[in-house]
Amino acid sequence: MIGAVIDWSAFLFYLFAAVACGFALAVVLSNHIVHMAFYLTLALGATAGLFLLTGSQFVGAMQFMIYVGGTLVLLVFGVMLTAQHRFVSIRTRAGEWITAAVLGGALLMLLGYVAWAVPDWHAAPPAHVPPEQVESTSRLGLALTGVRMDGGSGYALPFVIVSVHLLVVLIGAGYLARARVRVSDAAARKEMP
Amino acid sequence: MTPWLGPITVSHYLTVGAVLFVAGVVCMAVKRNALGVLMGVELVLNGANVNFVAFGSPLLRSTSLGIDGQLLALFVIVLAAAEAAVALAIALNFYNNFATIDVDRADELKG
Amino acid sequence: MLPGVQVGQPVAHRLAYLWRAPAWGRPLLVERSSWDRCRRGLSIEGNDVVEFFEATLNWPSWLAWTAVALIQCFLLINLVAGGALFFIWLERKVAGRIQDRLGPTRVGGKFGWLQTLADGIKLLAKEDIVPKEADPFLFRMAPYVSFTASFCGWLALPFADNWVGQRLNVAVFFIVAIVGLEVFGVILAGYASGSKWSLFGAMREAAQVVSYEVPLGLCIVVPVMIAGSMDLVTIGNKQAGYFTNWFIFHDPAAFVVFWVYFTCAVASVNRAPFDLAEAESELVAGFHTEYSGLRWSFFFMAEYGSMLLVSALAAILFFGGWHGPFPIISQGLVPALAAMTGASVDSPVLVYLANLAGCANLIFKAVIGVTVMMWVRWTLPRLRIDQVLTTCLKYCVPLAALCFLAEVWFQLYPHTNPMPLNRLQWGAPRASIEVREGWLPLSPVSPDDVQEAQLTHSQEHRG
Repeated sequence: MIGAVIDWSAFLFYLFAAVACGFALAVVLSNHIVHMAFYLTLALGATAGLFLLTGSQFVGAMQFMIYVGGTLVLLVFGVMLTAQHRFVSIRTRAGEWITAAVLGGALLMLLGYVAWAVPDWHAAPPAHVPPEQVESTSRLGLALTGVRMDGGSGYALPFVIVSVHLLVVLIGAGYLARARVRVSDAAARKEMP
Repeated sequence: MTPWLGPITVSHYLTVGAVLFVAGVVCMAVKRNALGVLMGVELVLNGANVNFVAFGSPLLRSTSLGIDGQLLALFVIVLAAAEAAVALAIALNFYNNFATIDVDRADELKG
Repeated sequence: MLPGVQVGQPVAHRLAYLWRAPAWGRPLLVERSSWDRCRRGLSIEGNDVVEFFEATLNWPSWLAWTAVALIQCFLLINLVAGGALFFIWLERKVAGRIQDRLGPTRVGGKFGWLQTLADGIKLLAKEDIVPKEADPFLFRMAPYVSFTASFCGWLALPFADNWVGQRLNVAVFFIVAIVGLEVFGVILAGYASGSKWSLFGAMREAAQVVSYEVPLGLCIVVPVMIAGSMDLVTIGNKQAGYFTNWFIFHDPAAFVVFWVYFTCAVASVNRAPFDLAEAESELVAGFHTEYSGLRWSFFFMAEYGSMLLVSALAAILFFGGWHGPFPIISQGLVPALAAMTGASVDSPVLVYLANLAGCANLIFKAVIGVTVMMWVRWTLPRLRIDQVLTTCLKYCVPLAALCFLAEVWFQLYPHTNPMPLNRLQWGAPRASIEVREGWLPLSPVSPDDVQEAQLTHSQEHRG
């Protein structure tokens, strides 16, 4: 039966996985910064699809909103900081490529081995999962306010720490990137009529 | 059980996560463009996130991490956004001072 | 507003009710086969059409799912494309009337109603040009990126009770995140065109969209807080009954925040007066200066698709979604028909008819929203970029944040809500909605409950 072969959830997994891995490799191999940002967006978007497939809808939407949106800003910076020579790319030497390929291949083999080394990790998944175990958005929200329904510890303190961290980063990034009036600019401005 | 025909398990997700992670590490190592390095960092964090979410999914494993996996992924995403903001500010500053974003040119502290 | 909350309950319990969530009541009403579908991750609810294909026509599961996916994609694509055809014609008519002329009058007989089709044929016949300075790959990809982003948002948008491509638990969040991605295509187009006008347009658009995401996100939180869910189906059903139950009349904060939302939505889909990316008086045509023919029209389909999407979202979040101002259909027509034919109120045909009316209702409201956007476009002059950012950061963000805080106050202390319409509770929402949504139980879910649920499930299978 062909029906036994075509399992759409598996098909979607392989599709998203192929897009994510393929474009992640494209990011590595490309030398054009704007192309890289485009590929990165596709890879991150496919990862969001993977998150949705595992039932983590909130994390998937969050990935779309923050990660992919964050890459957008990366893209803008890529355009801004390379705008004067548009197609000039900063190239990597061939020796570095070879070293990186050997080390990366070794790391990939190690991680791939580990991924399949534990039998419990590729045992058959549970046949029936009640929907209330899958839908996690409300539980996520409650856990972030410190209330856990399943007896685990809440995340109110990490949440607060992260918020303060974000505030600090906001101010710090603004401070680092603020437009400073250079001496020559100021002098030039003074000479202007 | 063959990995291709059987149901999708945690190991499949871990493999995807491993590919993303390695791609990110290689990207960080070989790129000379500061923004390329930053993209490598994003890929690494993303690979880690795939693992967290896979381990936290009740669909893949009955003894999953539960929502802890998803919460960790959320924190990683938020912190990655913060990290990207700071890194971009640094890149902008660097560009203002050196008129390039080639990280190999940042060698003023070299003895 | 908060049933079950008594004074003197611990803070954690009140908090739990404040963030009341839809997930827990579901298994009561989820059909048998969707227990299995739950494994597929994406589809928590069962799909009636899939049931039909599987049970009545005896199709295998994968074929049924494929057929349903194709049907839904076909309908949505046609909605977006047909919507673009209609709105371009409408825009010309509205612009004409506002400027005291007639607009198109000839093509297709009366009212020039075939004008857009004629334009489309002209665009198809145009030469597809890629400039020499352009980055060919990105130049070709950009319109598709834009259109895909605009189209993907429709996947999670319900048109009536449970008429939705993919019912997501976080639908509002998902749609807002996806709408923000449309700008990606615009930036790629601006960069890849190799033209200074395009690049300027794209940079302006990037700055604008990234800043307007912040107030937009704050605005949608207010109706989400009133409904206690990010599921658009739940949000829509919470506003059943008379128009006094619409969230815009729920309290002053929601009333104010709708206008902020509308402003930000206009800005985030790049309509005038915020259309700096294509400011024709300064930038020729902005990001699409170098585009021609079909690629150019893709940008416009994306723009009109997004306009309709944010309007439909506003209709669901603030204006009752598929529920009319008076419950003529659900509380008048359907029971009358049921009494006449002797069928039950929940019979599939009657539910289908009610949903069809609701769908028409929602699209009507969305079209009104789009028309208002057109009215605004042809009335107000374009803002400067500094004025655009000032509007966002100095007015919209603080206003939205203030409304957010006010909404928190009204949720915690509902008796202080000064909105008189809210107290009337005419035609209060049907009881079944409360059952369907369910409330967060204050006791933790024990493994026994899960086991019991699985037991019930297996018994159903046997029976």
